[in-house]
Amino acid sequence: MTHAIDKTNFCNKQTRVALRNCGIIDPENIDEYIARDGYQALAKVLKTMTPEQVIKVILDSGLRGRGGAGFPTGRKWQLARQIVPDADQKYVCCNADEGDPGAFMDRSVLEGDPHALLEAMAIAGFAIGATQGYIYVRAEYPVAVKRLDIAIRQAREYGLLGENIFDSGFSFDIDIRLGAGAFVCGEETALMTSIEGHRGEPRPRPPFPAEKGLFGKPSVLNNVETYANIAQIILNGPEWFASMGTERSKGTKVFALGGKINNTGLVEIPMGTTLRTVIEDIGGGIPNGKRFKAAQTGGPSGGCIPAEHFDIPIDYDNLISIGSMMGSGGLIVMDEDNCMVDIAKFFLEFTVDESCGKCTPCRIGNRRLLEMLTKITEGKATLEDLDKMEKLCYYIKENSLCGLGQTAPNPVLSTLRYFRDEYISHIVDKTCPASVCKKLLKFTITDNCKGCTLCARKCPVNAISGAVKQKHVIDQDKCIKCGVCMDSCKFSAIEKK
Amino acid sequence: MKSIEELNAVKEKTLARLNGNTVRIVVGMATCGIAAGAKPVFDALKEETEKRGLENVVVSQTGCIGMCKYEPLVDVYVPGHEKVTYVFVSPEKARRIIDEHIVGGQIAEDITVASVE
Repeated sequence: MTHAIDKTNFCNKQTRVALRNCGIIDPENIDEYIARDGYQALAKVLKTMTPEQVIKVILDSGLRGRGGAGFPTGRKWQLARQIVPDADQKYVCCNADEGDPGAFMDRSVLEGDPHALLEAMAIAGFAIGATQGYIYVRAEYPVAVKRLDIAIRQAREYGLLGENIFDSGFSFDIDIRLGAGAFVCGEETALMTSIEGHRGEPRPRPPFPAEKGLFGKPSVLNNVETYANIAQIILNGPEWFASMGTERSKGTKVFALGGKINNTGLVEIPMGTTLRTVIEDIGGGIPNGKRFKAAQTGGPSGGCIPAEHFDIPIDYDNLISIGSMMGSGGLIVMDEDNCMVDIAKFFLEFTVDESCGKCTPCRIGNRRLLEMLTKITEGKATLEDLDKMEKLCYYIKENSLCGLGQTAPNPVLSTLRYFRDEYISHIVDKTCPASVCKKLLKFTITDNCKGCTLCARKCPVNAISGAVKQKHVIDQDKCIKCGVCMDSCKFSAIEKK
Repeated sequence: MKSIEELNAVKEKTLARLNGNTVRIVVGMATCGIAAGAKPVFDALKEETEKRGLENVVVSQTGCIGMCKYEPLVDVYVPGHEKVTYVFVSPEKARRIIDEHIVGGQIAEDITVASVE
């Protein structure tokens, strides 16, 4: 038995590229980053390569955007370099506005290895011809903001940011901009609008940011995890990076493993690893001997992977083909106690809250969709409503302005695809198979009741009656289904169905 | 810093410091670790090393070590030995680590990651 965390099952099946320094170096000490080959890639780029060569290396590596959509990073840089050749100013931006419920991959990199981000942004600046970078980080990450701030100051002191870096004639600096907590600001055009000082709302594309981005200038925006791979690709070569992963998804991906799983935490695995490996080997399986039902990827924009796809290799294209998406990397495991209609409703409540309101399909469509879902969870819907709901999903997807609205119905569509029978149970049988949806639940007292009166005393609405030492009864008209009686009963005499 | 030579000089100097004769005690202090109570652990480790005048011991912080469910996590690097990871560390356990492992040279086996795996 080993006493080192690296040798545990949780760690030894992982491949750490983006997280290579997290948990190893002191993030507030630039020297420790340099000791792990930090800023060597920037030096190599500035001293020995042309911008075109840098772009070619990134293209050849096959790196795709880790923020979720999976656009080839090299292609993005190439467009920003070429599309407006005579631009007087260009910008490099970093999306650190990680907002998916349950996702914290980017926070880990920001807090554990901030210099990796700065170095990569400077390389991107050299590649596209920009001299200024902005990191858009959410204000809810105070530790990340503090460490980024320290990192930027230290890099400036060493001359690794600023004028004439490594005596190459290339100048580059980075500033931090704080997000105010709007999920939509993770969308690229809304993020740029917010950096400009306006209310964070998306704008129509085209023009794409590579042509008219931040302050109307050609801009590149990449996610934190994407940047965390750049220096390693430059140092180890595109072939090294492309040797990991599947045919069209190269490298590794970090997932925030959460939900009904034994080992919650961050895992970085080569693309193409199966869900089975992630959940059973690394994650240590599902607690309490429960059965795996589905894994949710991609947060509010994604969908569910049901048990039948347990052995599918995880990559961008496979996830899309089964109706989910990579997303930024949240991976929430669900067991038989999770109601899929309720899960879809949870994510939709989130997007309805976070819709910026600029376009009608998203602002009103999603609200109507949520009302329909609520009707289903309350047992008031008809099968006709189900068809209407499905149509509305496609309408919202096709007509919304930005990624938030275009993907908001995904959790509904994906659960409908794999768990239609659960929707039918709610509508036709008026029951929730997982016993989650409150309006459809009924609490009853069984013959195990000893008449101890504890539940009757705990019930907040006095719905339970009965004489001492005699079986009690719950008045269903008064019951608010809070479950206090069930939690307090010492004889397991209360049943939830 | 204007040349690769200067960069390499910093690298060599830092490597010499990290791989030298000092014992390093590293606390996982990303948001997840701090939320689980890493700050008092860090303070206890510092206080205890100072109190005992352990000059060859450095207490430092790092980011997320990865295994959220065992936070707060503490890694101990003794030159020439495999790293030891302690789990669910409290200020009391932190003092035990100093007492038994750093001073006494005996791994506190019942609180390492091996004890929970």
